[in-house]
Amino acid sequence: MADQELDELTAHVSDFLAAHDPRALGRREFLRARFDAGLAWVHFPVGLGGLGLARESQTHVDALLAEAGAPDNEPERNTIGLGMAAPTILQFGTDEQKHRFLRPLFTGEEVWCQLFSEPGAGSDLAGLTTRAVREGDTWVVNGQKVWTSGAQTSQWAILVARTNPEVTKHAGLTYFLCDMSAPGIDVRPLRQITGEAEFNEVFLTDVRIPDAHRLGAEGQGWQVANATLMNERVTIAALPRPREGGMIGVVADTWRRRPELRTPELHSRLLKLWVEAEAARIAATRLRQKLAAGQPGHEGSAMKLGFAGLAQRLSGLELELLGADGLRYADWTMRVPDRSDFTGHDAGYRYLRAKGFSIEGGTSEVLRNIVAERVLGLPAEPRVDKDIPWKDLPR
Amino acid sequence: MNDDLDLLYTDVEESLRDAVRTLMARRWGPERGIARYDGDTSDPGLWSALSGELGLAGLLVPEEFGGAGASAREAAVVLEELGRAMAPVPYLTSAVVAARVLVKVADKELAGEVAGGQVAALAVPLSAAPDGSAALAPVTVGGDGCLSGEVRGVAGALDAEVLIVPVTAATGTQLWAVERAAVRITPVVSLDMTRQLADVDLAGATGRLLADGDMAVRAVDEALELGAALLASEQVGLAQWCLDTTLDYVKTRRQFGRVVGGFQALKHRLADLYVQVETAHAVARYAAVTAAADDPDRAVAASVAQAYCADVAVLAAEECVQMHGGIAMTWEHPAHLYLKRAKADQLVFGTPGNHLVRLSPLIDLPARGTAGQQTAD
Repeated sequence: MADQELDELTAHVSDFLAAHDPRALGRREFLRARFDAGLAWVHFPVGLGGLGLARESQTHVDALLAEAGAPDNEPERNTIGLGMAAPTILQFGTDEQKHRFLRPLFTGEEVWCQLFSEPGAGSDLAGLTTRAVREGDTWVVNGQKVWTSGAQTSQWAILVARTNPEVTKHAGLTYFLCDMSAPGIDVRPLRQITGEAEFNEVFLTDVRIPDAHRLGAEGQGWQVANATLMNERVTIAALPRPREGGMIGVVADTWRRRPELRTPELHSRLLKLWVEAEAARIAATRLRQKLAAGQPGHEGSAMKLGFAGLAQRLSGLELELLGADGLRYADWTMRVPDRSDFTGHDAGYRYLRAKGFSIEGGTSEVLRNIVAERVLGLPAEPRVDKDIPWKDLPR
Repeated sequence: MNDDLDLLYTDVEESLRDAVRTLMARRWGPERGIARYDGDTSDPGLWSALSGELGLAGLLVPEEFGGAGASAREAAVVLEELGRAMAPVPYLTSAVVAARVLVKVADKELAGEVAGGQVAALAVPLSAAPDGSAALAPVTVGGDGCLSGEVRGVAGALDAEVLIVPVTAATGTQLWAVERAAVRITPVVSLDMTRQLADVDLAGATGRLLADGDMAVRAVDEALELGAALLASEQVGLAQWCLDTTLDYVKTRRQFGRVVGGFQALKHRLADLYVQVETAHAVARYAAVTAAADDPDRAVAASVAQAYCADVAVLAAEECVQMHGGIAMTWEHPAHLYLKRAKADQLVFGTPGNHLVRLSPLIDLPARGTAGQQTAD
């Protein structure tokens, strides 16, 4: 960004802070004012929490606000809302929807969850079976969703349902914004490999959604959902990371604190993984620069592919490094965490949880297909289900 | 660590790339590379065009020394293209490594000549890492001022008009400039004949003292570190050629009634290779821009670049051979040029393993020692 633009933005933040003392205002009140001043996400339009600036200017704003001791919006409590729902609502929402949803989403007054995956629709998301049937100005939804984190604490959900079974599977989907307090929604914790229940199953029985909460056109659900997923991958991939941020920092810290654990073989593996983590970090920096320069691409998928494998190998190395301590596990008790916290857990948890990195948000196998087909231009997988109406597919 | 450095290419760098690529398309081709292995060392004027017409030999030499006063950013782009074309020019050894030594020891005259296209070579084995080993030079100087000793496996020596020789003297390490006519240079049958090595026998040679003591050792180390940093760009150019060529092939080669690129067994490996080549691009770029900015992180960046990019280039070349199948095992197909260069490059200016060892103290991950005692072994 040009120096002059940066100076103007700095001045705008200073003016805002002068008028809204972060230490005097409550978190909510401060965040509402921040949204109204266009400092929520500066790349959004004016009036919707932004200033119409380049995305990377946000880092500058965040740094200035943090310096002034401003409260953040606890992004770890609303990752789906901030990373997925907000950009999708901005792209496909009506003016009414944008004004209704974006502000409370940003301030954390309304937390969001995601109702996409189903027991029978994981990698093949477009094959999902949850039905939405129109009754006048309302849609009646029935079905079962799974892998929903934060369903208990969320006020809203982004939901994809089948509205037309007579057409091909991709063409019969519609995207909705679903009120999680609506009658007929039953949330059941889903206990996982780590012992805790970070996710839920969500059963929908005759849940009524007003047509005003449809996002995008009827039948456009696949396109809208893809925008959500692309946003997720790019957001994750292009996050600024300091050197030794994430898993490698945890392992390096153990290495430095506990010399009695060091062996030549572990040393050589640690150094190799350090280099890989650093390489991935520099690649993410370059991706961020490319996005800022308006060079779009599917690199987000490629980056996620790399990060997943790296975190898995590092979390495996960590257990070996810990030796006898690696045989202990902190807590198998069934519990429901209120936020996702990977590095805050012990090594055993991290090893197990990291196994999900190559499954959630697109399995590594699906991502390899995406990279191979859309980036490298290799032939698509043979598809037996593409041109058949969804209702006639074998299942 | 510096995230503010621009890892993308400027317009000037892109036009530099175009110029080198156009020259290579006009005057060089894989069949000429293959002929090098059959003893054909005829020169189609590549070096004179690169250094003369394009003036690229002086990129890293300051203007007041008679160079172009550009930076490692631009030199890296040249090396990406030379790696892609597999061109047998002494750019890395003369315009990067030797030029850097001469600039460091402030020998304006010789630096200016190298900037103008005269070829110089640093007389160390091509495998030498930036680890202070110049202090253990095998060449000594006698009381009569004559040198003795041999340096084996020197790259760029066959084209060199002058050699920069680390010498072990009674007072410590020295750097000498020695004219080609004063030494015996024996070509070596090399794994990579597009960067052919030579043994340099300095017995009885005399020359001119350039520097001595710590300065001499530091100049060599800094030059080798820059070499390691920019070699990564050559490796990236090479890896990108392998990936591009393999993609072209698997999109047209048919077996079992389908193009073979449609099989997941190949698609998924190519996707993984793409991720690594893209990452290598970023890493090599970071090494080049930190070197250009003389950033405090440049030593880490150079070793990260070699520890990462060297292996990616080898993987790309190996996958290129495997995915081409039998045709890549033939003498006529250029894949072997790239495999030989990639494998040789893995050993150049230190192996990935050497660079991991070099990184260990730089990033405070010591092999042994006690907590709080921050020095590595």
